[in-house]
Order: sequence, then structure tokens, then C-alpha cells
Amino acid sequence: MPRTITEKIFSRHTGKSVKADDVVIAEVDFCFGQDGTSLLVIERLKSLGIRKIFSQRNFFAMVIDHSSPSPNQKISGIHNAMRRFSEQNKAKLYDIGEGVCHQVIPENSHVLPGNLICGADSHTCSYGALNAFATGMGSTDIAIILAYGKNWFRVPQTARIIIEGTIPDGIFAKDIILYIIGKLKADFAGYKTIEYAGSVVEKLSMDGRFTLANMSVEMGAEAGIMPFDKKTENWLSRHAGKKFAPVFPDKNAHYENIVEFDISKIEPQIACPHSVDNVKSIFEVAGKKIDEAFLGTCTNGRLEDLEVAAGILKGKKIHPQVKFIIAPASKKVFLEAVKQGIIEIFIKSGGVVISPGCGPCVGTHAGIPADKEAVISTANRNFKGRMGNPDAFIYLASPATVAASAIEGKIADPRKYFKDN
Amino acid sequence: MKGKAHKFGDDINTDYIISGRYKFSITDPRELARHLFEDLIANFYNKISAGDFIVAGKNFGCGSSREQAPLAIKAAGISAVIAPSFARIFYRNAINLGLTLIEADTGRVEDGDLLEADLSKDTIRDLTRNIKIKIRPLPALMQEILNAGGSVEYFRKHRSILKGNR
Ligand code: SF4
Repeated sequence: MPRTITEKIFSRHTGKSVKADDVVIAEVDFCFGQDGTSLLVIERLKSLGIRKIFSQRNFFAMVIDHSSPSPNQKISGIHNAMRRFSEQNKAKLYDIGEGVCHQVIPENSHVLPGNLICGADSHTCSYGALNAFATGMGSTDIAIILAYGKNWFRVPQTARIIIEGTIPDGIFAKDIILYIIGKLKADFAGYKTIEYAGSVVEKLSMDGRFTLANMSVEMGAEAGIMPFDKKTENWLSRHAGKKFAPVFPDKNAHYENIVEFDISKIEPQIACPHSVDNVKSIFEVAGKKIDEAFLGTCTNGRLEDLEVAAGILKGKKIHPQVKFIIAPASKKVFLEAVKQGIIEIFIKSGGVVISPGCGPCVGTHAGIPADKEAVISTANRNFKGRMGNPDAFIYLASPATVAASAIEGKIADPRKYFKDN
Repeated sequence: MKGKAHKFGDDINTDYIISGRYKFSITDPRELARHLFEDLIANFYNKISAGDFIVAGKNFGCGSSREQAPLAIKAAGISAVIAPSFARIFYRNAINLGLTLIEADTGRVEDGDLLEADLSKDTIRDLTRNIKIKIRPLPALMQEILNAGGSVEYFRKHRSILKGNR
């Protein structure tokens, strides 16, 4: 029977040949929680009557990223409870300043092709960039995995998204995925895996593939998996250096649907308030005044994203009425950006660089907008109240569009900045 | 189960159910419940009576993995959420916490209707409109987890299920 990547990975992790829609108990390779979900994982583990976690060897990690460093005493208490649990159970803890979980986890070789990974955070699907099946779950599910090393799954059906064409100048992975979400909508891939394919996916850098995989959940997907190639292999040789077995789909694998896009003619894309699938082309929204610009997150806080933004901002000043906040995705990204002079460009332009982590993405600290303010952000969600104020308006765009908008004080087309050079 | 319908649209995300800003500051479920849907409808909590239903459109619960979302709904005294489809993480979380989810077409139900759900017969009756709606029954495992009151209770009793297979 020909199989999808998902069916192959679940077959490996159940020891038998499984197909989509089978309900199975599968072994999990690695799981983790962040500071918004880990305390509940710890509590649930107690309710399960478990005193010892399933394995101490590279099986569980926690990342302090969502409110990091802590903005108040309540959260400081949560962080300390995580630190205690990590010591008692010899579980790896990535403390304040290490970065966003979805950058830190793959950078520290917790993810390999063919793995089954579960995280107590919905954007765990990002690791599909490394040809793994990775999915977000709630704290109770992670506690069950931590207790038994397994959990139940319904093997998902797969939708295949083929992306073809040539990538226009000034267009980035973020524009491509926003364009696709705008067309397919928020519930397109409910309970499904998305397998990405096509020449554009091959051309994209690993950073770009992470951006695509990251936003799969905004179409309801359980996982978003990229093909394995030389680029994946090179990335892993820098970050992992372990043995692994990539997974390729069979030729006649069953896909519930196949959609193909040609992105040769797309413009910069903007997701408008208050939903991620409310996507417009730049010419429809250009000129809208903005009060805050945010560059960072697990979607677009990687080195390539910072490079693109710095390329536009070099030697320029941001608009005096704009608050421009930059949060590198991880300490490693931060350090590299310092070495390359990127951080200096941000600071000289008038930007505020904050510690690696989620920054203002989820509205707990570090840049909460005021009533009626408009924010342009490289994040993945623009729901009402997402950044901590239900009376603010959030627009999502590529790092290039965010940088151009920060300079002009309004939503701006970044393409002219590429022509100048 | 009998109660009033509180009607919502499609793609209701977890940030609307319970804002991300409370996911750190509040751990008591009853306190969380007071902020249920507050970014969408001010004072929503005061409009609920025990046993009421949340009735929504497709893809209910999309967005984050925060378990506080189904926890807040349950703690507010809602007896079940009825929607044509649920986002996957929310679906797992709700079942794990023992919050009943009912998959059914909700197009004809209006806000404030009086509903009666009979899970043994797979039907909902809209008593206000005098119509019958068919329920798509949950898979057996999920049914059993719900009956046990949630997955912690279920797996405490049935550890062998996770040991089996391999
Ligand atoms: S950066 Fe935003 S979307 Fe990513 S993990 Fe943090 S809060 Fe979630």
C-alpha cells in the first residue's frame, strides 16, 4: 500500500503498518512545554500519580519564552516551579534569554527527520521543516506522554500543497504562506497533515521552510511537513550531527486533496484584523497608519528575517511616531546578528531590541499596544486581543514589509527598497 | 442535558474563549470562567446559567494549545459545546478534561433557543423552534474518556492501554 509521510512516520512509531484514520497508540520521540503550559503539565503528572518521568534522556524539555524575563511576581513563581521540576527530574530547561521554543528546540538537536514530536504549544508544527511529524497538544496530553512515553492519535489524512513558479523580488516565505492561507482559509486542513511540495519549496532556505511549516496550524493543520533534501541535511549537520532516517512519500500515496499554487505574480501579502485568513495584497492596505512594528517570533525571528529587515533599515531612521520592537528568535540568532552588525543597524534606526523570546506576540509583556493602535507584526496570529489589548488592530506581514512600514509610519510596500540597491 | 443556546460564529479561536493575557495570571478555573469570551462579549459570564450550551459554527477552538480554554468553559457551568467541527487541539483538550463536545449542524439554532441534547439517541431538540438535529457520534475511545470524566481518570484506570501495542 503506498503511504504518505504521515502514515510512514506513524507506522514507524507503532511498529505496524497503519493508514490514515486508524486510531493508534504511538511512541513519542520527544515532548516539551513552555512557560504558559508547563505548570499544568507538572500538575497533571501529579494527578496521574506519576513520580518519575518516562525517560530522562533527551525526552522532555521546558522553555521559558512566553513571558521572559518575568514581568511580575506571579509569573516569576511559575518560572521557579519549572526550574525546580527540571532539577528534580533532570529535564532540560532553557531559561530566560535562550529564545522562542520553536527556534531553541530544533537548534539544540531535539528534532530529527522521521521523528514524532509533541509540544504543549500550537506552533510545534514548525518542526515539519525538518521532515518530522510535530504537533501541538494541551498540557494533559503532554503529561500522559511524560508518564508513559506514548499517547493515542488518529492518524491524520494528508492534504498536499504544491507551490510552483518563480519567487518575485521583495516576496518572502511569509508572503507565500499568507497568500495560501488567504485562499484556503482557517479550517482548510482540520485534523490533517499538510505535505508541502513543488519547486518553490525546494528553492526556499531552511529559515523560509520553518516560516511555512509554522503557519500550517493557521489552516487548522495537525502538522505541516517539508520534503527532505540537501538543505535539510546541511542544516542538520550544523545543528544535530546524529543519525536519522528521512521519510519520503510514496508515489501513489492517498491525498485527501491536492492544491497547486503558482506564486510568480503575487504581491506582498498582509493579514488584516482580526483573522489570519483575512489576507489582502499590499496595494489594498498600503498607507494605513501604524503605531507599532514588531519583528520577531517563531514565524519570523530567525537570522534571515533579521538580515532582510536590516538590509532595508541600514542608514535609515524609523518614523518618529512608531515604536519598533525587535526580538531575535534565539540567543544563537541574537549573537550571530550582533556579529554581523545587524543589531547595530536596528538600534541606530531607532528600534528597541528586547531579549530573545516571544516578546509582545501573545500580549503578556514587552510592547502591549494602546487602545485603537495599529501594529504591523511578523507574528502568526492577529486575533482581537492577541497582543494584550482587544481594542488594538494587528496586521501580519513579512519582515521586509514590517521594516518598510516602520520607516514610513504606515503600511508600506517593501519592493521599492530592493530596487534602490 | 437541557439549557439555553449561546450562539457564536465560525472559527472561534482560543484567544476569544480566554485571552492569552490570563493564561499566566489566573490558575483557578472558576476565576478563569469569569473572563470567558470577554473580548467578544462584555460580561458574558453573567449571562450563563448552569447547564447552558455554547453553539458555534465550524472550526471552534482554533488557535493556541492553551487548555485554559476548555477549562474555563467547563468551569462556567456549560454542559456541552455544539459545533459542526472543532479545531483539533481544542478537541483533544476538551475530551481530556471531560468537557462534552457535540458534533452537529448548528445552522438553524438561534441565540437564546432552549435545547435538549440526548446523547444516547444522538439527537438534539431545539424546543424553541421545535426541530430535531442529528448528532454525529464521537469515536468509541473519546466516548469512553468522556464517560470516565477525562483522560487523567481514564488512563489511571486503564494504564494497560498505553502499555499495549508494543
Ligand atoms: S512567538 Fe508567539 S506564536 Fe510563537 S511560540 Fe511565542 S507566543 Fe507562540
